[in-house]
Amino acid sequence: MSAPRVVLVDDHGLFRSGVRAELGRQVEVVGEADDVQPAIDLIGELLPDVVLLDVHLPGGGGQAVVQAVKASHPEVRFLALSASDAPEDVIAVIRAGARGYVTKTISTAELADAVRRVAAGDAVFSHRLAGFVLDAFADGAAADVKPSFDPELDQLTSREREVLRLIAQGYTYKEIARELFISTKTVESHVSSVLRKLQLSTRHQLTRWAAERRLA
Amino acid sequence: MSPIAVFGRLGHDGTVEHPERWHRDQFRHRGPFGLRDRRGHGGPLRREPTDRLGGGVAAGVAAWRGFSPTTVRIVFVLVTLVSAGWGLPLYVLAWLFIPAAGADANIFSKARTDTGGIRLAVGLASLLIFVLLIAGALNDGWFISWAWPQVFSVAGLALIWRNGAPEDQATLRHLLEPLGAATGDVKPSRRSAWRLVIAAVLMAAGLGWLFSAHASLAVLRPLGGVLLVMAAIVLALGPWWLRIARDLALERQAKARAEERVDIAARVHDSVLQTLALIQRRADDPQKVIQLARLQERELRSWLFEGRSPDDADEELTVADGVRQIQQDIESRYGVPVEAVTVGDCDLDENLSALLAAAREATVNAAKWSGASVISLFAEVEPAEVAIVVRDRGKGFDPGSVPEDRKGLAESVHGRMTRRGGTATVTSAPGEGTKVSLKMPRSVTASRP
Repeated sequence: MSAPRVVLVDDHGLFRSGVRAELGRQVEVVGEADDVQPAIDLIGELLPDVVLLDVHLPGGGGQAVVQAVKASHPEVRFLALSASDAPEDVIAVIRAGARGYVTKTISTAELADAVRRVAAGDAVFSHRLAGFVLDAFADGAAADVKPSFDPELDQLTSREREVLRLIAQGYTYKEIARELFISTKTVESHVSSVLRKLQLSTRHQLTRWAAERRLA
Repeated sequence: MSPIAVFGRLGHDGTVEHPERWHRDQFRHRGPFGLRDRRGHGGPLRREPTDRLGGGVAAGVAAWRGFSPTTVRIVFVLVTLVSAGWGLPLYVLAWLFIPAAGADANIFSKARTDTGGIRLAVGLASLLIFVLLIAGALNDGWFISWAWPQVFSVAGLALIWRNGAPEDQATLRHLLEPLGAATGDVKPSRRSAWRLVIAAVLMAAGLGWLFSAHASLAVLRPLGGVLLVMAAIVLALGPWWLRIARDLALERQAKARAEERVDIAARVHDSVLQTLALIQRRADDPQKVIQLARLQERELRSWLFEGRSPDDADEELTVADGVRQIQQDIESRYGVPVEAVTVGDCDLDENLSALLAAAREATVNAAKWSGASVISLFAEVEPAEVAIVVRDRGKGFDPGSVPEDRKGLAESVHGRMTRRGGTATVTSAPGEGTKVSLKMPRSVTASRP
């Protein structure tokens, strides 16, 4: 597989140049943007495999970019990056359509790996995002849920829960596969399924949960 | 010169200190026995915020013409009595139009552009006019003729309230405190509460008197007309008054937001900039730099996203607090980053405190012996139990070959857990890292989602 073509969207020039230098040969950085509108224009023009997207942008936040691009180019994949780890930002950008979320303190090798994974259509969860999802889909909080038209979307299977727990403990997909005696492909499909639920579930709790976290 | 005068000048509207003020101060000397020089200071008329009961107008006039402020005040009260209340609006106008000593601009020049304030002033004035119309229809006594000029006073005071210097506003707040207590805006002091009660009793007595004095039906007939006019005015002006009230509330919110921003800026300055400075000075010691950065990150994160100030981080009240505390201590003591994730939360009891103590021991062990670059600490609160997993990718060990004298893990982790009905599982192999899984059943208490 050739190196994925990547567009960097971040309002910090220093961070962009850092990522560009670090990712170096492992991915092909084809463009950079520092705000919502320029990013939308640039992505529409270059059509990269993956957009590395900062959750916080001055002109409206990362989810605005995801929404705008998804409308016209659904094939472009987004990997969200943030220094804040604030649940409501992360959940918002994932629900807008990003295929993964990693913290900015991630190591270069892991970031390159995450970009490749997203380019291949998989989902990427950081340990913190896994914690958020477990929290948001907790059984105890399910009492007053208005069910979706598809009730399966509102609940995680015990296997998915297991996988998320291990991600939250810092396991790689390969380690999870070994721990649970399943293949790496199966781990990936579990994570993708969690991502789908996260994006499609109408649990109003998700939003409320994130909002409460902010105010707690 | 008193410090209040200095602050008033710098804080008012950003105007730079007036050199003329210095000049004038030299001339303002007191004679013996505290009497002022009769000639006055000879400068332009200025309000005197340092010696004020209201706006400092009387003191200003006194200083300008060289009288004693007390004399000016007595004259003012007499003028007000003679003019049936017109003295008060005149005073307010003077407050509006005479600049404070040391300030270049008067309050009116600022109020002119404050549409919200002008609307408030007109609104309040119209409200008073409305009340006075009704009162006048019922009883045309001396009180009404005294009250009419106050329409202007109210409007003027509203403008001063909105545009005056901080000390003007403070004075007004002080004067209007009883009113604020009535609307619940200011926490009522015991004295003003009594004053309100007495006022209410007087008002009730007065109304009763009014109505009993005109008990005949002939007087009640115009009352119907009054009621109609009242209804018409409320219908016509009510929405507008409401809008003014709402605008004011919005403005107050905006002000609160601005204050929050200032607070954030102060916090960033106190913590982040300090840490950055420290990092620059320690640039040759990567371990220390990482430690500082982690410490700062954690502090900022807990403040921004969990709403807790770094000062109260020491209390362990819930599982999440405890985990955070472990993370913080290990990172600052051993310089090894700890990636902590907590799912759910609940209050601590004795069993859960023991669980946290065991988790702390396991984390310390990992930080000391594993050589891993990062330790993961995962806690999950479930309805029936609380689980904590401490994991590292370090060198690991062979659990079968731990010598008898190294009791740390066995005793403090395993013993602590089993004594309280929990379990501890240690999985490790040389080169594979170590994983300590701790589980403690929960006693039945309310969970905190």
